[in-house]
Amino acid sequence: MLCNLLNVAISVGVNKMVQTVSVPYPLGDPNLSPEEEWKLRYHRVGVALDALTKDVEDQTVFPTKI
Amino acid sequence: MKKAIHYINQFFGQVGGEDAADYKPTFHDKLVGCSNMLNQIMPDVEVTHTIICGDNYIASHTDEAVAEIIEWLKNQEFDIFFAGPAFMAGRYGVGCGTIGKAVKETFGVPVITSMNEENPGVEMFQKEMYIFKGGRKATFMKDDLGKMAAFAQKIAKGEELLPAAVEGYFPRGIRKEIFHPEGIPAADRAVDMLIKKLEGRPFQTELVIPKREKVPVAPPIKDLSKATIALVGSSGVVPSHNPDKIQTASATKWGKYDISGLDRLPKGEYKTIHAGYDPEAICEVPDRGMPVDAMRAYEKEGKIGKLHEYYYVTVGTGTTQAYAAKFGREIAAELKEAGVDGVLLVAT
Repeated sequence: MLCNLLNVAISVGVNKMVQTVSVPYPLGDPNLSPEEEWKLRYHRVGVALDALTKDVEDQTVFPTKI
Repeated sequence: MKKAIHYINQFFGQVGGEDAADYKPTFHDKLVGCSNMLNQIMPDVEVTHTIICGDNYIASHTDEAVAEIIEWLKNQEFDIFFAGPAFMAGRYGVGCGTIGKAVKETFGVPVITSMNEENPGVEMFQKEMYIFKGGRKATFMKDDLGKMAAFAQKIAKGEELLPAAVEGYFPRGIRKEIFHPEGIPAADRAVDMLIKKLEGRPFQTELVIPKREKVPVAPPIKDLSKATIALVGSSGVVPSHNPDKIQTASATKWGKYDISGLDRLPKGEYKTIHAGYDPEAICEVPDRGMPVDAMRAYEKEGKIGKLHEYYYVTVGTGTTQAYAAKFGREIAAELKEAGVDGVLLVAT
């Protein structure tokens, strides 16, 4: 799950989480240039895709770089 | 006068005990056993038939038993469906819940039953129907039937139905907004609760958060480059005319939208209808809420095998956990059927 409110996601039992930017723009940021914004979205979606391949025992938040 | 039909097991249907638990469903227009008592205590509801079915039969031949009873019910007129009371009898409780759920889903009528809190049927079915808090054994028959009957009377007379805790049934996980009966404003009630909390006194929250469930972790995808991945979200991103008329808050439905051939969600053709946040940023670039562009890029690069041809979406604000769980089950069933291997769930 890509979500902004990690605590909510944890409290309802989500197992794999990636932090998003904000509630009104989870995977983007109108304050960034289009190029920077694309990099950000591409990166976080990529982290989430990689998370699908990971074997986890417990609830895990996968770190993002951008 | 409302009409009702009553489901009971082989024991209360006077067929027999454990030896008769494989008894197939039978239908009686002359009321049997406790159906008579139930009928006598409701001035505005007439119990027209008793259905009797063995507990083992409905447990081990569930599909056949449910199908036979539902088919028979299709030719009957009834406004309310009763089952039990099942007391602490586990199989009976599960039987009442199984048939009650099917009846509610097929006919949309109120389903009323009663079980003891220890009955496993409570946890399995409390969200599906009215399960009144019942006694441990059959000596509570009169009390438990009385509670079921009193509630049916309220329904028959069109009286206001109060929250689960007041009526005496197990909570169904439904949140309904009402004006405070004594008109005490929310701020006063909140401060009262806070003071009680600080003083270590007991208080009752008005917003009960359902207990957290432990969700089993899905097995990892071994080869992402061969996997079909779907996008699912609660962002309310829909085609601009909102074809399924998904509510902007407290959604009771979800939609699925064909994105095959789309490299992104174009502005103007897609927008968010979510009433829980400022929609401007997502309306400007809908991929901010449903990242079709990034997924398509990963598909072209070969990182994933395929982006599923539909994305699924609802609105996540004010949506009850009961509805959210229902949407989840329905969407997951479709995705499984379509051979989707993994899902990215985008929440707002």
